[in-house]
Amino acid sequence: MLKYFAVIALAFCVGLAQAGEAQPVAEDPVLEARVQALAEVLRCLVCQNQNLADSHAELAIDLKNQVREMLRRGQTEKEVIDYLVQRYGDFVLYRPPVKSSTWLLWGGPFALFSAGLGMLYLNLRRRRQQGGEVLSAEERSAASSLLEGRTGEPK
Amino acid sequence: MRRFILPLLLFAVLVGFLAVGLRLNPRELPSPFIGKPAPLFRLSQLHAAEESFSPEDMRGRVWLLNVWASWCVSCRQEHPVLMDLARHRVVPIIGLDYKDEREPAKAWLAEQGNPYGLSVWDREGKVGIDYGVYGVPETFVIDKSGIVRMKHTGPVTPAVLSEKIIPLIKELNGA
Repeated sequence: MLKYFAVIALAFCVGLAQAGEAQPVAEDPVLEARVQALAEVLRCLVCQNQNLADSHAELAIDLKNQVREMLRRGQTEKEVIDYLVQRYGDFVLYRPPVKSSTWLLWGGPFALFSAGLGMLYLNLRRRRQQGGEVLSAEERSAASSLLEGRTGEPK
Repeated sequence: MRRFILPLLLFAVLVGFLAVGLRLNPRELPSPFIGKPAPLFRLSQLHAAEESFSPEDMRGRVWLLNVWASWCVSCRQEHPVLMDLARHRVVPIIGLDYKDEREPAKAWLAEQGNPYGLSVWDREGKVGIDYGVYGVPETFVIDKSGIVRMKHTGPVTPAVLSEKIIPLIKELNGA
């Protein structure tokens, strides 16, 4: 029994060892967690669809080091983000800020959704109005004769 | 027939958006520096290690800051254009040798020709970060009072030079 536990425990150790390998300087886990959290919301400008945490581009590593250094010096998350936005623009943020140039980006999906809802509503209302139309006497007799004719001769 | 008009219009709009999207260059980001003072630094020069350079030294002149490196492939493509610009003495060009080693950088200039009035050595790429460099080569046009007027990311082509950079330099020098 103990042997199995040992094997399982060892298996976990292997995982830890591999996970630790790629991480650069992590002597302070609290600081490293803050660096990691920031790196997840910052965009790597070289491989534009990755964040800094995922990217292994040289610039991403440099920027991560810069973030780490600034946090170590006691600067706040907001100061670090402001520093990077000043240099790289809003594009460095994975979550674009809401401002006049991004209204379409933020509001667009909601606008499209409400437009769709509106069209659906109009469509349904029109259909209901059409459905409520009463048949004229001629149409009614034509329909009933058709129905009777069909019941009369089953195929 | 009329029921097709709306989907057709939507399709045309979509095609329009995609067509524009195809032509945009996602690498070209608007630089937040345009109209702002160029970040100051003081770095040692590439050739004269004991001498330093700061953007302050260029006060009163319109100049180009060109970020380059000996490992940078696109810099080779851009190099003849810069050499041509330097030959015509249009504008002083200062090189920022980005994340490079001194010896290969000097050898590269010796081999390719040196269009720079001088180059500074940014070994760690710290000044690069200060200038928001994300793809070498990058070129900044800086005016007499040290304000960044234009930034070009990627190799400077003869077209960019004659249509954008040189007219801007003439305008800035005239003012």
